[in-house]
Amino acid sequence: MTSRASHLAVATFAGTPFVRRKERNEMVAKCFFGMMAAAMIVPLILIVGYIVVQGWPLLSWEFLTTNPRGGGVRGGVWSALIGTLYLVGFSLLISAPIGVLAAVYLNEYARDNWFTRVVNLAVVNLAGVPSIVHGLFGLGAFVYFANLNEGKKSIIAAALTLAVMTLPVIIASTKEALSSVPVSFREACWNVGATRWQTIWRIVLPNSISGILTGVILQVSRTAGETAPVMLTGVTTWKMIESTGWLLYHPVKDQCMALSMHLYYIATQASGAPKALPFAIATVLVGAVVLVNATAIIFRIYLRSRKKW
Amino acid sequence: MPNPNVSTFSASVGAPPVSPKVEVRDLRLAYGAKEVLHGISFHIDPNEILGVIGPAQSGKTSLLRCVNRTIDFTASARTSGVVKVDGEDVRTLRDVYGLRRKIGMVAPLPVGLPLSIYDNVAFAPRAAGLRDKGRLNDLVERCLTQAALWDEVKDRLDSLGTKLSGGQQQRLTIARALSHEPEILCLDEFSIAIDPVTTMRIEDVLKELRRNMTIILVTNLVQQARRLANRTMFLWNGEIIEIDRTEAMFSDSPKDKRTYDYVNGIFG
Repeated sequence: MTSRASHLAVATFAGTPFVRRKERNEMVAKCFFGMMAAAMIVPLILIVGYIVVQGWPLLSWEFLTTNPRGGGVRGGVWSALIGTLYLVGFSLLISAPIGVLAAVYLNEYARDNWFTRVVNLAVVNLAGVPSIVHGLFGLGAFVYFANLNEGKKSIIAAALTLAVMTLPVIIASTKEALSSVPVSFREACWNVGATRWQTIWRIVLPNSISGILTGVILQVSRTAGETAPVMLTGVTTWKMIESTGWLLYHPVKDQCMALSMHLYYIATQASGAPKALPFAIATVLVGAVVLVNATAIIFRIYLRSRKKW
Repeated sequence: MPNPNVSTFSASVGAPPVSPKVEVRDLRLAYGAKEVLHGISFHIDPNEILGVIGPAQSGKTSLLRCVNRTIDFTASARTSGVVKVDGEDVRTLRDVYGLRRKIGMVAPLPVGLPLSIYDNVAFAPRAAGLRDKGRLNDLVERCLTQAALWDEVKDRLDSLGTKLSGGQQQRLTIARALSHEPEILCLDEFSIAIDPVTTMRIEDVLKELRRNMTIILVTNLVQQARRLANRTMFLWNGEIIEIDRTEAMFSDSPKDKRTYDYVNGIFG
């Protein structure tokens, strides 16, 4: 009897206009938000699908590993691909250690004083500077003033410019990762007489390393795609790799090609290029970035699986 | 019936003995513009258990943080007055890490470091430079035993300290506080997350530890102070209302009526 009565009560309640209206609103909201989320996928599929389909005829292993020929309209992208890898690699080698150490200082050591506030302000503002301005700065600072390659553009000048550009973002993401480690862990360490450094080394860094690395590696896609800052400081439209030695480009004496710049050049300046060529270059650029990001994601999953709280 | 230990120390009330373990004179502490300790003075004798009772926000935890100088990590905190440990003023002391190793601190909320149970306890000795495996093993076992945790975890010392239950993590915290062989043990609401039976076991250990340690026992359980403390201090709104032998505090006629009201649950 009791169960039947309660069943009746539920049924009656579920049927009221108020409940029906609530359920309908819930449905509408869910569908609407779901559509918005789905809308994010559409441009991605369209962009990637379009460039891959358009560039497909030219894509081959040979395309990746041969130098461009005939003013860039024939041959492959070898020197541009290697140039991009050099720029990304060198710039991260410079910006990642500096950025991470600066963030450790700001998050773990710095007191709230005028110096810290100025540094934080600089970080925020530096992140907002347009990349072409970074390019001009790099041209003035590294190419002319520091005179790294007798007043000429060089890979190292471009890498330094990219490093300056990515530093604030790396600092910000590293600070975020560090501050996600609970303060109570630090206090527990301090209470037993551990120094700040022991605390950082044994507790804070091991538990934020996945976030730190994610932030650093995500800068790869940004540096790989930038054209403006490297165009002014180290990237040229035409540079073959003749060296067969271990060092394909000389980091200080050489300028290099880069995929982003090559794409711009082929798409707008070169005449007689096959229609598929810009799309093939774009595919290589996107593919390289996706490969690096995928590595980052796998690495992060691995580190997360060892997360300890 | 009066505890023999208690009577030993009852003589010290009023006239400080030659060398108190901890001496606090006119300690003031402010966070920014808000003063939370309004010039408090007391001392703790060696091998004494001082109970500190008082409602929330009365400055109990802040007081402990002044003693081991972790107050330094709160940028807005300003202190004045004198806090002496073993006759040395901690506010001007250079070796602050040495000071903190001398003081074991148990925070109210359990904090298992994201390390194995073993490493949690071995953290402080290692930070202080102890590398000898055998001595570390002995130390870990002794500290975990004292914290009434050894039997539960002895077969899984490699598993993570953070995966233990709340009460076990709290006992792990106690083991960690004992691991650097402190001379002073500060317990800040240690029994919040621990069941009454285990609490009793730890209280028995505390009675043992008193032989070679000085203990500051901050507690919301006034009966816990009554059970353990030689003397009890009633802190309220950043001032010491009363500090006296525990029997006197819990008698029918403490010096201050507010003490009577508080320990008997009339206000608080």
